[in-house]
Amino acid sequence: MNDLDVLESQSIHIFREAFNRLDKIAMLWSIGKDSNVMLWLAKKAFLGHVPFPVIHVDTTHKIPEMIAFRDRVAREWDLPMIVGKNEAALAAGMGPGQGRVTCCSALKTEGLKQVLSEHGFTGVFAGIRRDEEGTRAKERVFSPRNEQAEWDVRDQPPEFWDQFKTDFAPGTHLRIHPLLAWTELDVWRYIRREGIPVVELYFAKDGRRYRSLGCAPCTGSIESTASTVDEIIAELATTKVSERSGRAQDKESEDAFERLRAGGYM
Amino acid sequence: MSQNPLSIVVVGHVDHGKSTLVGRVLHETGALPEGKVEYLREVCDKRGMPFEWAFVMDALQAERDQGITIDTSRIRFATAQRPYILIDAPGHKEFLKNMITGAASAEAAVLVIDADEGVREQSRRHGYLLHLLGLEQIAVAVNKMDLVGWSEDRFRAVKAEIEAYLAGIGVRPTHVVPVSARGGDNIAGPSANSPWYKGPSVLAALDGFEPLAQSEDLPLRLPVQDVYKFDHRRIVAGRIESGRLKVGDTLVFAQSGASAKVATIEDWAGANLTRVAAEAGRSVAFTLDDQIFVERGQIAHLGGEGPALSHEIRARVFWLGKAPLAEGARLKLKLATAEHQVEVVAVERVIDVAELASRRGGEVERNAVAELVFRSRTPVAFDPFSANPKVGRFVLVDGYDIVGGGVVAEGVQKLPKSDNIFAVDHKVTAATRAAANGHGGGVVWLTGLSGAGKSTIAMEVERRLFLKGWQVTVLDGDNVRHGLCSDLGFSPEDRAENIRRVGEVAHLFAQAGLLVVTAFISPYRADRDRVRAMGEGFHEVHVATGLDECERRDPKGLYRKARAGAIPEFTGVSAPYEAPVDPELVLDTAGRSVDQSVEELVAYIEKRFSLSARRRA
Repeated sequence: MNDLDVLESQSIHIFREAFNRLDKIAMLWSIGKDSNVMLWLAKKAFLGHVPFPVIHVDTTHKIPEMIAFRDRVAREWDLPMIVGKNEAALAAGMGPGQGRVTCCSALKTEGLKQVLSEHGFTGVFAGIRRDEEGTRAKERVFSPRNEQAEWDVRDQPPEFWDQFKTDFAPGTHLRIHPLLAWTELDVWRYIRREGIPVVELYFAKDGRRYRSLGCAPCTGSIESTASTVDEIIAELATTKVSERSGRAQDKESEDAFERLRAGGYM
Repeated sequence: MSQNPLSIVVVGHVDHGKSTLVGRVLHETGALPEGKVEYLREVCDKRGMPFEWAFVMDALQAERDQGITIDTSRIRFATAQRPYILIDAPGHKEFLKNMITGAASAEAAVLVIDADEGVREQSRRHGYLLHLLGLEQIAVAVNKMDLVGWSEDRFRAVKAEIEAYLAGIGVRPTHVVPVSARGGDNIAGPSANSPWYKGPSVLAALDGFEPLAQSEDLPLRLPVQDVYKFDHRRIVAGRIESGRLKVGDTLVFAQSGASAKVATIEDWAGANLTRVAAEAGRSVAFTLDDQIFVERGQIAHLGGEGPALSHEIRARVFWLGKAPLAEGARLKLKLATAEHQVEVVAVERVIDVAELASRRGGEVERNAVAELVFRSRTPVAFDPFSANPKVGRFVLVDGYDIVGGGVVAEGVQKLPKSDNIFAVDHKVTAATRAAANGHGGGVVWLTGLSGAGKSTIAMEVERRLFLKGWQVTVLDGDNVRHGLCSDLGFSPEDRAENIRRVGEVAHLFAQAGLLVVTAFISPYRADRDRVRAMGEGFHEVHVATGLDECERRDPKGLYRKARAGAIPEFTGVSAPYEAPVDPELVLDTAGRSVDQSVEELVAYIEKRFSLSARRRA
């Protein structure tokens, strides 16, 4: 098996463990490349089926092409989709103007918490990877969240030999991270190998492309001429710019991202 | 780039410079993104401290504030030779669970020792645990050589000290390298500060490690993870932990011993949609040519080379629980995909990892290592860790928490291996017995709530059939619990075992030609399905008296007690009842006399089992 086969089998194993051990599970679908790979792996694990709903937390600030892509794929793959919105915060006019971290917490974290509690999910798949960011590098594959969906980063459970934490107190839930061991380059190589659909925004137009996708006001594009998957792979093999460099909310302070994540962000 | 990365863990005592070494290795290999070093310099300036390489991995505020690594972290880098996954592990004793989380997935290790402080408690403990986890390739970095003026004598003293310790546990380090992680000496190439050192740099030492041998050449071990029924087919899913699987192989399932051939290997999309074989490490899904009962926890293997089976296992355990562990403790043991309820029956040795001495018995403190004997109610299928690590190791769970892990040394009181049990053919056939009795053997399984009327109906059916000359008997819940199952309680695990035993006995009676009527609540669908799969002639009968009616009758006063909280795990009150989905017969007792229900069941049995009725039909 080559390195992608190893990663694929490991992710399938994680999906199958969660499906067997947890009662009510769902998958976060951010429309980005990682969550599309995650969706693909779920279909591999369950032989073409997606036996749980996919959740899209809509901040209403997403780049319009992302929503169009979401609706097309959901239709073509016949996905059971739940779209969550923090209606109260949106009605009160929440936006990045109130502070990027505040906005992320309200529209993404709080929006997610509302969906989780409304449906009573006890496990939710999220497509984060260790190589994205320092606190994600410290994550567990099965990562517990308390009643307030908070992450206790100072006291994570041991996790070894692929024996995951699947016992947890009522009211708490688990975040499950099938892509934790993957890198950005692995993701693109796998997209190439499998022919996985991704949003056009990743491919360069007029000398710029998106490397990471989020909400329009906080996501910048990068200079690039990579207009095909092959060209993106070639670009990543030599780049020394970090993937989330275009994501403004990470940079408000030294601990901005850690605080976001401890509060329940993905 | 399609080469598999080698996983390296960096361990050692707190403050000996592990994270600094990691940060430096990443810098030297160009693994850090543009601007990272400048950014960290800014962070350090803001904190009014000199530049700290450890901040590359110590991303948490608490880690930066306290200057220690709390949790393990992973990052990729590559040398000219191959890609790596570098795992940073905390050295503080309090975070040993995180150190193990990191180290358990590594193929090789770097043990970092402070040249000035020398070998300390966690240096030894980490060295010991690496060995216990099965890591055999360990390089040692003697760090902070600048603080001892690059003294060759000091280096030799520390080297001798750690080599002596590791020799005591049977480990020989591949290299011992004098370094200054902060200064970058002997990290990527030779340092002018140590002209007396002729060995490899840290990176060269890493490049010298061998990837772990693949377990493809070991016997097949395929723990069943799940069984899917997305359509009419039953698809078995699991990961091949060792060996190879191919279409046409006859699989034997431990612990049941049932066997069937692999009919197809299933896949969705991808390059190989008509896969006919798969190797160790691959997550697979497959169908069988025979509808045998397969469930999560079983280990599929090929005939003649199955895992060992034992109710008692001796194991070396690292204990991470907050309270000490002692004899008599009851825990959940998870090995591959199986879960077993176990009791610690002996603490044979507690090992002092510093002195490599041991004492007998007593309590096992947090973060200590001990040799224990566990007794499991259900037989454990395993291989000794030394023979096949993937199915020779386990974790321990207490309540919601993973509280330890261990490697199996051996089984105590081994059971015969599942593939050494051969069914012996009877010379009296079922047809001969049926001809003599006038009816076939079989199991009529009554299930329903307590008070539904199962025993009353069963006993009356037995009497009437007996009067008609039938070979008939009843197995009743309360009765078997006095003898056959007197060691079992009412937890889901014990209920499952109770039903398994009764099911086996019922099928033996049925094979002997008897018509067996059973009266057990048997609340779990999976337990009943397992009994159905044990043999021929199983008829599930749902005595479908509703909870309200059962509670109104309450013939033994049990509902009253259960409602008062005096009976834990009482079906219908504080434990679930899973009604049959598709039973052979439903006896609806509402508004009907016992007599009417008995008549209906007797008529059903005669129709299905009596030879004259069969001939008439």
